[in-house]
Amino acid sequence: MLVLIGVLLVVLGFALRLNPLVVVTVAGIVTGFLGHLSVTAILNAFGNGFASSRSVTLFVLVLPVIGLIERFGLQEQGRRLIARLDGLTTGRLLVIYQFIRQVSSALGLASINGPAALVRPLIYPMAEGAAERRFGRALPEPMREKVKAFSASADTVGQFFGEDIFVAIGSILLITGFVDTTYHLKLDALDVALWAIPTAICAYVIHGTRLYLLDRRLGRMAEAAGLSGRTDRAEAREAGR
Amino acid sequence: MIKVEWFYWLCGAIFLAVAVLTLADRTNAKRYGSAAFWGLLGAAFVYSTFAVHKTAPAWVLGLAVIAMALLVATGRLGRGTTPGPTRAEQEAGADRFGNRLFVPALTIPVVVIIFAVGLAKIHTGAEPLLEKSSETLIGLGVAAIVAVLIGFVMLRPKSPLAPLNEGRRLLEAIGWAAVLPQMLATLGQLFVAAGVGTQVGRITENVLPGNSLIGGVIVYCVGMALFTIVMGNAFAAFPIMTAAIGYPVLVQHFHGDAAAVFAIGMLAGFCGTLCTPMAANFNIVPAALLEMKDKYGPIKAQIPTAIPLLACNIILMYALAF
Repeated sequence: MLVLIGVLLVVLGFALRLNPLVVVTVAGIVTGFLGHLSVTAILNAFGNGFASSRSVTLFVLVLPVIGLIERFGLQEQGRRLIARLDGLTTGRLLVIYQFIRQVSSALGLASINGPAALVRPLIYPMAEGAAERRFGRALPEPMREKVKAFSASADTVGQFFGEDIFVAIGSILLITGFVDTTYHLKLDALDVALWAIPTAICAYVIHGTRLYLLDRRLGRMAEAAGLSGRTDRAEAREAGR
Repeated sequence: MIKVEWFYWLCGAIFLAVAVLTLADRTNAKRYGSAAFWGLLGAAFVYSTFAVHKTAPAWVLGLAVIAMALLVATGRLGRGTTPGPTRAEQEAGADRFGNRLFVPALTIPVVVIIFAVGLAKIHTGAEPLLEKSSETLIGLGVAAIVAVLIGFVMLRPKSPLAPLNEGRRLLEAIGWAAVLPQMLATLGQLFVAAGVGTQVGRITENVLPGNSLIGGVIVYCVGMALFTIVMGNAFAAFPIMTAAIGYPVLVQHFHGDAAAVFAIGMLAGFCGTLCTPMAANFNIVPAALLEMKDKYGPIKAQIPTAIPLLACNIILMYALAF
């Protein structure tokens, strides 16, 4: 039972909002000692863990080009583009993006790094641009944060509940690999993948609805922040359509 | 054969270049500690190649990783005051280049798809053109190079170092979160090595409701989600929860359809992934990339989706698998 102290440390550390990197490092060292690993074994585990997981950090390669085009007005252009697409609100844009992300993940394209390659340069500026068109350019910080959070969530939910429909994805291969060797079953990967479809539909309906309702939520936030004049006009215009 | 290790070296080179630029950045009050952090990270990326091939001891890398955590813990990682693009700069750029600004950004997914779908099947002689099972990562690396070349030719920035300086601006905003996903992968391995999984499995066996089908389904699904929240990864939870409940209770005893039980069980785990800071690459890194004040913002946006979705998974498994 003592080894579970490592888990407890992580939970406590996150709850107390200590720096996650430090919390995780300390928890790893403590767990190693409680599991009777030697100092060399623990250092080896840190080294091997780092070396074998470098793929998650490879998104850094796209930062120079994204930084460069941002300097030359990428986000501004995103705003201008969205300004021309009149009916596209923040919520509706994200509902469409989640659909694209989910379907493309189901077709095997889940591992395109969404947050770095798509959300930061393209989706977020457009989502924010749509909000600025409705509420004015001086968006209060909490509204910007809300748009950012939901832009990231549309990407993550779309990826998670799309990728499992694709047969050659890690989680499907883990399921068939694990149960076939452990329990001598012969599971068909395609069969497992097809059973992911009902949950995928539920995920799209649930999160899609919340993304759709984001427009109302932003409207309420704007009202509370005293930006209500523009909201009423924008909403009246929408209602009249 | 094009190897993924080349791109890890490129990534390492970017970190090392950032370290040099940081060292020269007098606007950063913590430039020495920050340069040491990025320098160690770059060196670790290169050294990892030898650790993976077992031609160099991994404990050296372990020391470097812990040193990086120490730099963060003692508050030595800071950032310069390099300003982001101003409103005027952005408007001038958008006036001048218009929708052409999207070209480099859209190049990235297009090139990745070409590599992952098309070039992945090409062979040169007996061996594949791209290293097996790393096709998308190689695609991402090539995409980044192609996009930066297109951007450079199109925009003609004044300094040849502009892409690196802009990359550094974004990387400094991400800060320590850049290493967190890798550190968590390590923690997961340490948990397994120390026997955390088996312990949690033993605890779940004790809360198993006797002879109730719906009880078994709930414990399996909720257990997958909770275990995933703790470990940050549904893959770590799956073998343990399946050995404890999924197979013996739901498949053997209640004769559930194995494919449906395991597929939906895994997705119940994914509901946990939506809620946990332990899944840093999905939940913390995006917040850092978008320069959010609240690093838990995406998780807060996802929890109200995860809870009803977990309930859906329980109902779907109960209705479809038995």
